Amino acid sequence: MNRTLRRLLAHRSARWSLATIAILIIAAAIGPMLVPYECHTQLDIVRLQNQPPSWAHPLGTDQFSRDVLARLLCGARISLAVGTLAVAMSMTIGTVYGLISGYAGGRVDGAMMRVLDAFLSIPRVMLVIAVLTLWDSVSLAGMIVLLGTTGWFGVSRLVRAETLAVKRMDYIEAARALGTPTSRILWRHILPNVIAPVIVAATLAVGSVIALEAGLSFLGAGVREPDASWGSMFLAGVSFSTSTWWILFFPGIAIVGTVLAFNVLGDALRDVLDPRQLHAPVMTVASSVAAPIAPERLENG
Amino acid sequence: MAEPLLRVRDLRTYFYTENGVARAVDGISFEIGAGETVGLVGESGCGKSVTALSVLRLVRPPGRIEQGSELIFDGKNLATLDEREMRAIRGARVSMVFQEPMTALNPVFTVGDQIAEVVRVHNAGSKQDAWARAVQMLETVGIPSPEQRATEYPHQLSGGMRQRVVIAMALIMNPALVIADEPTTALDVTIQAQILELLRDLQQRFGTSILLITHDLGVVAETVSRVIVMYGGEIVEEAPVNHLFARAHHPYTEGLLNAMPRVGHERERLATIPGSVPPPTNWPAACRFHDRCPYAWERCATEHPPLYPIAKGHVSRCHLADEPKRRAEKHDPLVVARGAST
Repeated sequence: MNRTLRRLLAHRSARWSLATIAILIIAAAIGPMLVPYECHTQLDIVRLQNQPPSWAHPLGTDQFSRDVLARLLCGARISLAVGTLAVAMSMTIGTVYGLISGYAGGRVDGAMMRVLDAFLSIPRVMLVIAVLTLWDSVSLAGMIVLLGTTGWFGVSRLVRAETLAVKRMDYIEAARALGTPTSRILWRHILPNVIAPVIVAATLAVGSVIALEAGLSFLGAGVREPDASWGSMFLAGVSFSTSTWWILFFPGIAIVGTVLAFNVLGDALRDVLDPRQLHAPVMTVASSVAAPIAPERLENG
Repeated sequence: MAEPLLRVRDLRTYFYTENGVARAVDGISFEIGAGETVGLVGESGCGKSVTALSVLRLVRPPGRIEQGSELIFDGKNLATLDEREMRAIRGARVSMVFQEPMTALNPVFTVGDQIAEVVRVHNAGSKQDAWARAVQMLETVGIPSPEQRATEYPHQLSGGMRQRVVIAMALIMNPALVIADEPTTALDVTIQAQILELLRDLQQRFGTSILLITHDLGVVAETVSRVIVMYGGEIVEEAPVNHLFARAHHPYTEGLLNAMPRVGHERERLATIPGSVPPPTNWPAACRFHDRCPYAWERCATEHPPLYPIAKGHVSRCHLADEPKRRAEKHDPLVVARGAST
């Protein structure tokens, strides 16, 4: 991993995106403690409503007299938590599903892929909105589980394709010939060989899940008041966008900046983790073909 | 003679494909004694690799070892063992060296890890223990500065060194039988000689039996004591190695010997065997070699030859054993060329 990290740090756009993400994480972790306002506190509904940016409130206040900066930092926690945890969940499910399907092959593989096709035929946003509107109140954990369980279809296809290629390699046959049990072959011998495109896909997926969460909250189906989410803050600002631009502008910038940072990092990781550069003589067709189309698949799945 | 280490009886491995049943290995029987090195020779598609995979029960669907096949090893029939018992045997009692050292090693692990992994899989020691044994094994297979090499990745090693690592993986559990499937085919000629030397050396040191699978009779000549020649999923000839080179009986073996380049014999072109191996879904009903055989007569197209005894330990699946004068009658270029070269 050391080598990967070194190459990543040598990659210019990777440095920018890593720095942005690092700042974001630090801001989410300690930011709320540095701002002297609580994100839910309505400071003074009469006198501090819709205040433009000032020294006391650098990003202004919203229509309920809450500090926009404080809410933005709370929103960062939610966005990052939703993004990373939901993606971790979907990558795990997708990787396990793809490994099993690809390694088992034959009818098992066929059946598992048809199930996947069925899932992929349902638009993710529709599915999520349908479930969210059926629930009275959505907890953060519920939101993460929902996004996590609907985001793994593309990854499992990716992993399956890679596994199909890797399981034909002599070193897998050799592992079998030396008495390695199937579970160990999957976990120790195949997984490390298919993980690179998953890392790339995961990074890109964090960006898209954050955008998706913002979109859902904007539609009123995600995080609900008084909890702060960039999407719901953006929604709250839209109705007064001409007069109180700051309520809308800063959450918008946060969403765009974060998604962009993760996408750029994903692209950089793809350069760095390219199997042709990682271990020159061994290269699987699937990784070079499947990796570039990963983001599109992920957005659909 | 004591009970052999491995006794294969009527091994049949068929592949159930869309184009019919491919009888890749069709009823072969042979034995390997303890500490013995046996060569299994034949051209591509004759069933020698499938034989190797069958012994380790590594044949994948649609391939299947047929009922009635016996693979007696250590008094147990490997053909009927359950998967769990079989795993305990693979790598520990019977192991395998693969052909391509470029692809037989996992690119994401250090070679030390890969050798130690075999020890770990068989629960034969702690992590540190396994690593120490891996380093020691690297030294045994002749890799200089093994501590350093153990921490390197396969792509950092040369082809010859990689094959040494593959051999180290196969031998670390000190198995009774090693199946080496074309272990030198992918290597340079000088490295080939070194690897064969190493196999011979290890065989003497540890008393391991080796089943050496190859299409190269030159490799066999230097390494083994007994040779089994396969054609069309069957054994067509079996003989002690010097016997085979001096008095090959089966026309196919003859053809293979003639196709070998030899030093000191100028020849404009190497002799070849005309035609190619028939598809395994459709072996000829009688002698499987008859349509490529320079001696073939009516009987060869109608009657499947049994294994005729030729001499002690020497058998041949050819009707010529029954009617030897037909060979002399036939003034075939192959015989003339062979006569001139011996």
